[in-house]
Amino acid sequence: MLKLLGEYLLLMYETFKKPDKWSVFKRQLMIEFIGLGVDSFGIVAIISVFSGAIVAIQTAYNIDSPLIPLTMVGFTTRQMMILEFSPTIISLILAGKAGSRIASEIGTMRVTQQIDALRVMGVNPANYLILPKITASMLFNPVLIIFSIVLGISGGWFACIITNLVTSADYIEGIQGWFEPFTVTYAIIKTLVFALIISSVSGFLGYTLEGGSVEVGRASTKAVVYSSILIIFFDLILTQMLLV
Amino acid sequence: MIEVNNISKSFNNKLVLNNIRTVFEKGKTNLIIGQSGSGKTVLMKCCIGLEMPETGVINFDSRPFSTFSEKKKTDIRKEMGVLFQGGALFDSFNVEQNVMFPLNMFTDKSMEEKHDRVNFCLKRVNLENVNKLFPSELSGGMMKRVAIARAISNNPSYLFCDEPNSGLDPKTAEVIDALISEITEEYNITTVVNTHDMNSVLQIGQKISFLYQGQLWWEGDKTSILETDNPELQDFVFSTELTRRLKKN
Repeated sequence: MLKLLGEYLLLMYETFKKPDKWSVFKRQLMIEFIGLGVDSFGIVAIISVFSGAIVAIQTAYNIDSPLIPLTMVGFTTRQMMILEFSPTIISLILAGKAGSRIASEIGTMRVTQQIDALRVMGVNPANYLILPKITASMLFNPVLIIFSIVLGISGGWFACIITNLVTSADYIEGIQGWFEPFTVTYAIIKTLVFALIISSVSGFLGYTLEGGSVEVGRASTKAVVYSSILIIFFDLILTQMLLV
Repeated sequence: MIEVNNISKSFNNKLVLNNIRTVFEKGKTNLIIGQSGSGKTVLMKCCIGLEMPETGVINFDSRPFSTFSEKKKTDIRKEMGVLFQGGALFDSFNVEQNVMFPLNMFTDKSMEEKHDRVNFCLKRVNLENVNKLFPSELSGGMMKRVAIARAISNNPSYLFCDEPNSGLDPKTAEVIDALISEITEEYNITTVVNTHDMNSVLQIGQKISFLYQGQLWWEGDKTSILETDNPELQDFVFSTELTRRLKKN
């Protein structure tokens, strides 16, 4: 375990060096923005809308007491989306989508000697391959999370309108009530940490793999499993540090 | 010129290279030959800096490359072109982007100059109108030629080719061999080719180093290799039915 951590830190030391050429780095970054960010909009949108709708309906069904106002549905949906659902669950989804993509892409480059080719050309492969992915994830994932929060809350509103469980006015009043702006900062801080975990752990597992195509598959699976465990672990730590 | 001075390397206490001492000459096609497991790939990896020798030193024109730090090695690596066994083309890039890659990384040429250089290199390896194709759309022989074009795009002083003919039909293999030999003489570079293909040996072997069980067993050229009385080398050279028949005649 310590050896693995040491190898990871050494790779990150190589990764976070100054790029060999900024123009090449910028081009790679744009490619990663599309591959890791823009291409994830679809899945994030679908999951966020439906999740927001489910949270709203479940909350509405569970409010039995007439003493609890129906504005709580909007409030609960908003809080759920900002505090936990969008930053954590969407990051777990991205660990599956982007993490496996990163690990298998870099892993395939390893087994087909493309990384060796970069190295013997005098290029720092870790910096060239992993740094744009980490940068793109850390810059774009907060955008995805904000997008997810907005769509989740909208999904809840649609569900309330369609099912007639809560009026539009009650729901909108609920999402505006007792708003603490720090919760959004908290969500973005979590997202940044999770983005770093997903891209760096997956990059590490792809970069250091040895063997053939079977190992590429294993590295891809490991990337999802390790990233997911670390996301949950750091979710607990960050929640304790930032909210309690 | 590349001097290999007393190189040794082992993996898991098994000696893979044992005190290798040889010189790869400038302007010549230098071949490393030997059976699978003889240590030729490890020797080439030591030369290009992908493995660190445990003893000895490798000098690139009197510069002790193997003793340099990774950062210092970069300067010499920029003078190297390497053709890997599978080509190692970047599969997210098309042919043009692959050949242009070293120019993008290490030169400040304008886009027009880079395009001219790419087209010149592709023409030199007899490939035209393939600029926009991706590696997955190329045949094995075309991939090797694109890899050669990429290797020479930044005017290297040293060219390394690992099993350039593996997986190719004899006719295409001959084209690749001829290309390597022509480029070596044309640009007066130091070329090192790692092969076990006897056709290559007889076609382009200006200097041949035969490795046997991790040791440098024999050195010579394509003429003297056929006249050798070294039993291990004879076993290797005349291991195919074709070469045995040639010997009889």
